[in-house]
Amino acid sequence: MELFWQQILAGIATGAIYACMALAVVMIYQAIDHLNFAQGEMAMFSTFIAFQLMLWGLPYWVAFLITLVVSFIGGVLVDRVIFKPIHDAPILSHVVVFIALLAILNSTAGFIWDFTVKSFPSPFGSAPLFGSSLISAHQAGMISVTLLLLVFLFVFFRYTRIGLSMRAAAANPASARLVGVRVGWMNALGWGMAAAIGAIAGILIAPVVFLEPNMMISILLYGFAGAVLGGLTSPAGAVLGGFMVGVVENLAGTFIPVIGGELKLPIALMLIVAVLVFKPSGLMGRTVVQRV
Amino acid sequence: MLSYKVSRRGIAAGILVAAALAASGAAAQKNYGPGVTDTEIKIGNIMPYSGPASAYAVIGQTEEAYFKMINDRGGINGRRINFVSYDDGYSPPKAVEQARKLVESDEVLFIFNPLGTPSNSATMKYMNSKKVPQLFVATGATKFSEDPKTNPWTMGWQPSYQSEGNVYAKYILTNHPNAKIGVLYQNDDYGKDVYKGLKDGLGDKAKSMIVAEATYEVTEPTIDSQILKLKASGADLFMDITTPKFAAQAIKKVAEIGWKPLHILNNVSISTGSVLKPAGLENAKEILSAGYLKDATDPKTKDDPTLKDYFAFLDKYLPDIDRANGNLIYGYGVSQTMEQVLKQCGDNLTRENIMKQAANLKNFVSPVFLPGVKANTGPNDYFVHEQLQMMKFDGQSWQFFGPIISAEAKS
Amino acid sequence: MAVPVESTLSSTASDAVAAAEMPRSVRRGGSIAMVSGILFVAIAIAIPLLFKNFVVFQFTQMLVYAIAILGLNLLTGFNGQFSLGHSAFYALGAYTAAILMDQYSVSYIWTLPAAGIVCFVAGFLFGLPALRLEGIYLALATFALAIATPQILKLSPLEHWTGGVQGIVIIKPDPPPGVPLNQDQWLYYFTLAVALLLYILARNLVKSRSGRALMAIRDNPIAARSMGVNLALYKSLAFGTSALYTGIAGALGAIIVQFVAPDSFTIVLSIAFLVGLVVGGVGWLPGAIFGGAFVLFVPNIAEGVSKGLSGAVYGIILILLIYLMPTGAAGFVRAVLSRVSRVRS
Repeated sequence: MELFWQQILAGIATGAIYACMALAVVMIYQAIDHLNFAQGEMAMFSTFIAFQLMLWGLPYWVAFLITLVVSFIGGVLVDRVIFKPIHDAPILSHVVVFIALLAILNSTAGFIWDFTVKSFPSPFGSAPLFGSSLISAHQAGMISVTLLLLVFLFVFFRYTRIGLSMRAAAANPASARLVGVRVGWMNALGWGMAAAIGAIAGILIAPVVFLEPNMMISILLYGFAGAVLGGLTSPAGAVLGGFMVGVVENLAGTFIPVIGGELKLPIALMLIVAVLVFKPSGLMGRTVVQRV
Repeated sequence: MLSYKVSRRGIAAGILVAAALAASGAAAQKNYGPGVTDTEIKIGNIMPYSGPASAYAVIGQTEEAYFKMINDRGGINGRRINFVSYDDGYSPPKAVEQARKLVESDEVLFIFNPLGTPSNSATMKYMNSKKVPQLFVATGATKFSEDPKTNPWTMGWQPSYQSEGNVYAKYILTNHPNAKIGVLYQNDDYGKDVYKGLKDGLGDKAKSMIVAEATYEVTEPTIDSQILKLKASGADLFMDITTPKFAAQAIKKVAEIGWKPLHILNNVSISTGSVLKPAGLENAKEILSAGYLKDATDPKTKDDPTLKDYFAFLDKYLPDIDRANGNLIYGYGVSQTMEQVLKQCGDNLTRENIMKQAANLKNFVSPVFLPGVKANTGPNDYFVHEQLQMMKFDGQSWQFFGPIISAEAKS
Repeated sequence: MAVPVESTLSSTASDAVAAAEMPRSVRRGGSIAMVSGILFVAIAIAIPLLFKNFVVFQFTQMLVYAIAILGLNLLTGFNGQFSLGHSAFYALGAYTAAILMDQYSVSYIWTLPAAGIVCFVAGFLFGLPALRLEGIYLALATFALAIATPQILKLSPLEHWTGGVQGIVIIKPDPPPGVPLNQDQWLYYFTLAVALLLYILARNLVKSRSGRALMAIRDNPIAARSMGVNLALYKSLAFGTSALYTGIAGALGAIIVQFVAPDSFTIVLSIAFLVGLVVGGVGWLPGAIFGGAFVLFVPNIAEGVSKGLSGAVYGIILILLIYLMPTGAAGFVRAVLSRVSRVRS
């Protein structure tokens, strides 16, 4: 029984990683209306920027802030430079450009910083929290930051003018334009914010999984899974989804005999698919209305 | 135990191979295979420069630099080395494509140190049917060296994963006969091979001594859950069969949760720079492993006269590379073995003679091998390295202790 | 409130419609399609006579990828369902062939229909629950399938058949006695014949009543249903047929590479199919050959430009291609043809 609770706690700690990434996924989904396959690599690249700044001797928080600003600008540039010219191309062409972006960022990071793992400092330290050996101070800090981000996004999308405009621009560009929303810039702003949130996610995740160019590839999968499970339109759902994926995966790996350990991730994904079959827009997402 | 297997299977093989080699090798000097001229030897290589295993690509870089150094010195017997290295992204079908490109399009003499168990498994059949040496493969999977009869054109280099597992078993049986072992291993060829070596070595006691096992996939972001599971089992000896990234995570996690087992880490992940330092040198203190190459990151080796050439090589040919990367010394050692084989070949540079000479290393010693470790091969014995020595991390570097243990000693 | 998922799908679909209509403009432009078809077959037949075995092997692989992309196109281009899971069907086909050849000594020729049937059934069954999922949710479900595949193939209880992580090595088939070709040349012609056959079948399927039903579902599912199209049946059939094509490609891939292992069938393969599909043109069947060529040759070109930055070069080539031809080769060919016919008139 003790193992059971330990695994749940560890699942929550790992789930915080997924939740963090899921938030970034929801952010971009709200802004551009599709999933960005390069999101993980963007976060990884931002984290490397922070790493490089600290290597140059800047203090943690200065590097952190500069990284957020650089990532935001980077995100805006990606939208303006890469996606604006192909604005009218079909969605699958966009997906392919995401994949291209993924390849470019991964390969460039490997070229500059090589592929060996690097340690990344944590502002919270890695000592056990309150002397409990089950969850470290960093993991607790990560969970808190994730929840803070969640509140921020919730307020942003629900109550600020700019957040509402952004949702409108993503969901129905034509109508949004009619009511005076500058759709193009809303997209760019969404990209910028998604990149900045991704940077925070990367900086929080790197102390746990270590920094290297391939670090985000599998985490992004879990982030997608969490976001889709919780509902792509709901930041709270995404965070909940992320935590659930972490817990379910750990329990499956520990308690299902023979195949559990080998099939942790597939089992978690199958459960998500099963949930989606009954609740196609995720646990907390808005129900989709079909138009003829 | 391993060599026992070899010698039993190998007798018939030896006769066959020897006969074949004698037929071709006995010819006069200046016998050239494909890719060889009076001034050049063309060598192929396949590395994961992209994809999940790209951290190992530094081996390819080291080899390229090594052969550049050879060429600057005037080559081997007057021939410069043309080293053609391709990327397979750690994908087996791509490895087959690249191997065929090297053999059929670039027409290399042989393929040297291609990396990865899945990639080499995919190309082994092709290489042997084409009779092209697949030499010193960069994987410790036992299957590449254990059967010279079926696969006379394939040879490994580093100690096989099974013999490494065996060495740990011997150490445990002698020094910690009552240990409760928790095993974490990567769910693939390599992980299962080391684990098998350990279990075989423990013999009848394996069942009672191993109290828990856990596996992970390379796609998993963290292995926290597995570590907790092993700790909960009450294990007091942690057999850590993981690749660098996961090894770093495991070392850190074990320290974080206050688990204090005797920690044995496999040789794949002993790099100070890319594993132990990120994991925290303090956390890595007291970890045990086994090695066969020197630890050039040890500050004491700076003045080691035998390593002077090695450091000079790094200074001149790889000035920008992180010295603490453990793969550098691997790349250097395997390239030096290759150089030795080519020297032994003289002007008889046929594919047959390459294999014949590779299987004719007699007490070959490179300055980067541990003192006392010698490379020996024969027509029936394709295991180049079979000797390991236990070592302990002192917070700075690896300190070797105890005798040199041979995998052959047991049979 | 607008509907994100729906709009995602319809934009895919409308583009695909445009691409699918292309054959008509081709016919208008004279017999260009016929001529280029014959030209293609002529060049394809000449290839083994012109190139070394290694290049022939590469072209064989290209054809195999083209078949897989053809299968994906039937699903995505003509039925509007999105899949990131086709590496799973490719793997299933490959393992079916490998196990039949390795353990039951079945001739390689018979492994193809076997792989096709197995994958059709698997695809059909997978299509049933997938029916309730659309757009991004379907993407996730298929994605889960792709992730699970290598791990299921490694499972210890299945090791007896799959060989676990070691995979299965199979023997390369010889040409039939009396055929004056080497193994590579023979396999190339064999693959070419299979590819052409499958292409013609796909073309007929798309033009048939069933094909129109598939496209009606893609363009407007609710309207299609009200016209009496059995949505569930047709969508599952589309999944099954698509899987059948990809499975046959997988079997051929296993035979030419002579090896299957879990590491060969990761999500990267699914992504490669998707990229190939888009580069060739969604909803345009001949695009598969362009897609296959891209999947096989562009990574090699990128590596030739820079080993350390091959991924970046690949990405840049891909982005430039999308800039030049946002709807893939299909759009490009269409533009060229319309210019040609304008010049003529």
